[in-house]
Amino acid sequence: MIRDQEFLRDIASYCIENSKKLGATDVGVKVIHSVSENVSFRNKKLDESNRADSFAVNLTTYIEKKKSSINSSDLSKSNLEKLIERCIDATKITPSDENNSLPDKDLMSKEIRDLNLYDETHYPNDKKIEFLKNVEETASTDEKIVNTEAGFTENKNNFILANSNGFLGGYKTSNFSSSCVAVSRINGAMERDYEFGSTRFLEDMMEPEEIGKIAADKAIKKLGPKKIKSEKIGVIFDKRISKGILSTLASAISASAIARGTSFLKDQINSEVFPNSINIIDDPKIEKGLGSQNFDSEGVETNSLKLVENGILKNYLIDTYYGKKLNLKSNGRSGGTTNLYFENGTLSFKDLLNSEKKFLYITETIGHGGNIITGDYSVGASGFMVEDGELTYPVSEITIAGNFKEMFKNITLANDLEMKYSTNAPTLLINQMTVAGK
Amino acid sequence: MSNFFKETDIDTSQAEAIVTETLKNCDDGELYLENHKSESIVLDDNKIKSSTYNSDQGYGFRAVTGEVVAYSHSNDISKESLRKSSDNLKDTLKSKKGTYNHEIPKTNSKYYENINPIESKTFDSKIDLLNSVNNYLRSKGSIVNQVTANFLGEHKSIEIIRSDNQVLKDERPLVRFNVSVVLEKDGKKETGVYGVGGRQSYDDYLKDGSWKDVCDEAFRIANVNLESKPAPAGEMKVVLGPGWPAILIHEAIGHGLEGDFNRKKTSAFHNLMGQQVASEGVTIVDDGTLHQRRGSLTIDDEGTPTENTVLIENGILKNYMQDRLNARLMGTKSTGSGRRESYKHVVLPRMRNTMMLSGKYSQDEMISSVDKGIFAVSFGGGQVDITSGKFVFNCTEAYEINNGKIGSPIKGATLIGDGPSILKEVSLVGNDMKLDPGIGTCGKAGQGVPVGVAQPSILINKMTVGGTKL
Repeated sequence: MIRDQEFLRDIASYCIENSKKLGATDVGVKVIHSVSENVSFRNKKLDESNRADSFAVNLTTYIEKKKSSINSSDLSKSNLEKLIERCIDATKITPSDENNSLPDKDLMSKEIRDLNLYDETHYPNDKKIEFLKNVEETASTDEKIVNTEAGFTENKNNFILANSNGFLGGYKTSNFSSSCVAVSRINGAMERDYEFGSTRFLEDMMEPEEIGKIAADKAIKKLGPKKIKSEKIGVIFDKRISKGILSTLASAISASAIARGTSFLKDQINSEVFPNSINIIDDPKIEKGLGSQNFDSEGVETNSLKLVENGILKNYLIDTYYGKKLNLKSNGRSGGTTNLYFENGTLSFKDLLNSEKKFLYITETIGHGGNIITGDYSVGASGFMVEDGELTYPVSEITIAGNFKEMFKNITLANDLEMKYSTNAPTLLINQMTVAGK
Repeated sequence: MSNFFKETDIDTSQAEAIVTETLKNCDDGELYLENHKSESIVLDDNKIKSSTYNSDQGYGFRAVTGEVVAYSHSNDISKESLRKSSDNLKDTLKSKKGTYNHEIPKTNSKYYENINPIESKTFDSKIDLLNSVNNYLRSKGSIVNQVTANFLGEHKSIEIIRSDNQVLKDERPLVRFNVSVVLEKDGKKETGVYGVGGRQSYDDYLKDGSWKDVCDEAFRIANVNLESKPAPAGEMKVVLGPGWPAILIHEAIGHGLEGDFNRKKTSAFHNLMGQQVASEGVTIVDDGTLHQRRGSLTIDDEGTPTENTVLIENGILKNYMQDRLNARLMGTKSTGSGRRESYKHVVLPRMRNTMMLSGKYSQDEMISSVDKGIFAVSFGGGQVDITSGKFVFNCTEAYEINNGKIGSPIKGATLIGDGPSILKEVSLVGNDMKLDPGIGTCGKAGQGVPVGVAQPSILINKMTVGGTKL
């Protein structure tokens, strides 16, 4: 079972006290316990069962403006004692950096709100097996499906974050996730697709039949893809991947990228980066939210932020260190975004598909072809051609390319936002990208 | 004597007894113990940005019967914890009955020394070198906008306890040294990245000022990219340079030849054994036995000695890469390819050092044969969909070829191709095989493991280049 707060707090206090005894002027520590149980199925048979029980302690010690860290999974006091000594020794000989410090006291989180992030329900492995049988039963109904894999993972976490300025906070979180991958085949050629659900509470999990059906339907629809001619065309991003645009934005407006001068959005604060219909929000306080948190990874209070308002970039994502470099206060984004989303657009999905005669509709991208420094973007893609508002045939072995600066300015959003992940976007259209094919 | 039970309430013979008892009705399995020390020291933006030391220890207990894998892992090496894991494994496999395969080959070979690279260079001298890198690169002029350099070092001790008290051990050093530089000229910014590493001490890679070569290479790449024009879009001929561009082989062919995907028939290669899958001049091996290479292992993470596995010989598909489980189910032997990221992860068949061997053509012959195409010298990452066979990788240094001559550098673009057919498009294989500098990490099912690649220059008749210029 998951260890309680008192157990974790005891270790955190031990680390802080001992570090101070050895000469640390400031100390930050995080102690985590997590238990995870996973069952996976393949072709309607049990494939793997996996139980994980993990501890971690992350300690950072400061001597004035010098800083060093250790991480360990062994919480025995004899081990911690040795590691703390090693950490202090390293701190002493690490050059100082005037921006190294714990967060300002007045920015620290004062109270912990119950955001409904922990479901104590234990879903026994026999139940998981039952669930997965149903997933695969539905996924393999069509004879074109030749392989199915499904998994169910239950995760329970507890943590304490503490520092030598008196901050101490932590809470339990839980996560249930289930997935199905289906492989379809026709004339010897295969395609693969998937569906995935992730929730804080077991009761909110998608029905197994739904997961299996969506994975199978998607894998079958992809069969017999064509490679298209190279051309400039409007590209629609399916909801499963449109959120990637927000992840790119988050990397480009992180205080580290801005302070280091390695972002294509440097000096763009208060400038129009998106069309004026677009608003982008990062809200850590959503009940049951997959990205929800009371405070960031330094203990700084986090509140909802409008990153982009009417197309204008309003905020960076700021932690303590890079905040000091930029002369800005931390806004509780050490560790990145929380629940990040586009506010819904106005067009229905159908109207978006009908807004031009012809589009490329992308359901999957592969490769890491985004460059945050220059904004250049080029990735492998697969999806469908859209003609007169209808998905006509599957397309693969092509690339889509552009530059984020231009792409951001040419976004049109549909109104089908769902809060399914920690980063969420509706279906979106980017006008005029270069597609390379034949 | 095992070091893992020293400060615990359990000794080796008690642990062995639990292992033997737990696995008695299983086909295979083991208790895998691991102690992992690692460090990361990063210089960024003129400062030592972070120095971190990690100490991780734990066990992964695995029982396998038929196709089913039961796994339980924990940081807590104790009698109670092992008992609990044992019960968990037995419960999962309660309705199965297997026969334990005791056979595991032995080896006296060693492909690296037992050194701890973290301790073999002082912390002070690492900091000094990072500062020297920063000063050296910044002395190249005001176009140097940003410098990042880092040391990553680790030492991993593993011990595998199999049923009936068979114990196998390995001690694995690994280092990597990276430099990244951002240059700015006329409002345009570009990056150059270069690194070196392998299973030796840092100084084996950095001594006699050879760290300057790493800096110079990163600077050269960034400089080339400052002059880059938009890349072309569409199908054309592609010449790949030797060495690191072999990640094309890794993505396009390597993953599709891993045993698990072929046993499960989800790989585009699963029904192609013994068939022509590449042009005649193409031979590809996966070799775990190269001395001190990043992807080399004396024994794999199941205890099997590694080997040089021929995957494709003169164009014919010869072997898959196997761990014990997939080998057993496919009626063959493990190729010593069973790997895991750590004790927290199950074993999967993985690549080690994947290499295309030299042919007889010179790079000049290849380039002069191309009317219109690109010459790709270095890559960032790649990815593959093993089911459809489609794969991509990103150029970080590439040039146009016009009328048999190398032209302007082009911006980073993704190249996309089809695994099972790409090797049939290889029309010339170069005589200049080169190993990569020792920087690769391969990801599969959420697990990262160090790997190597090598190839000569090759000419590919037709690939899609994902630029922006039509």
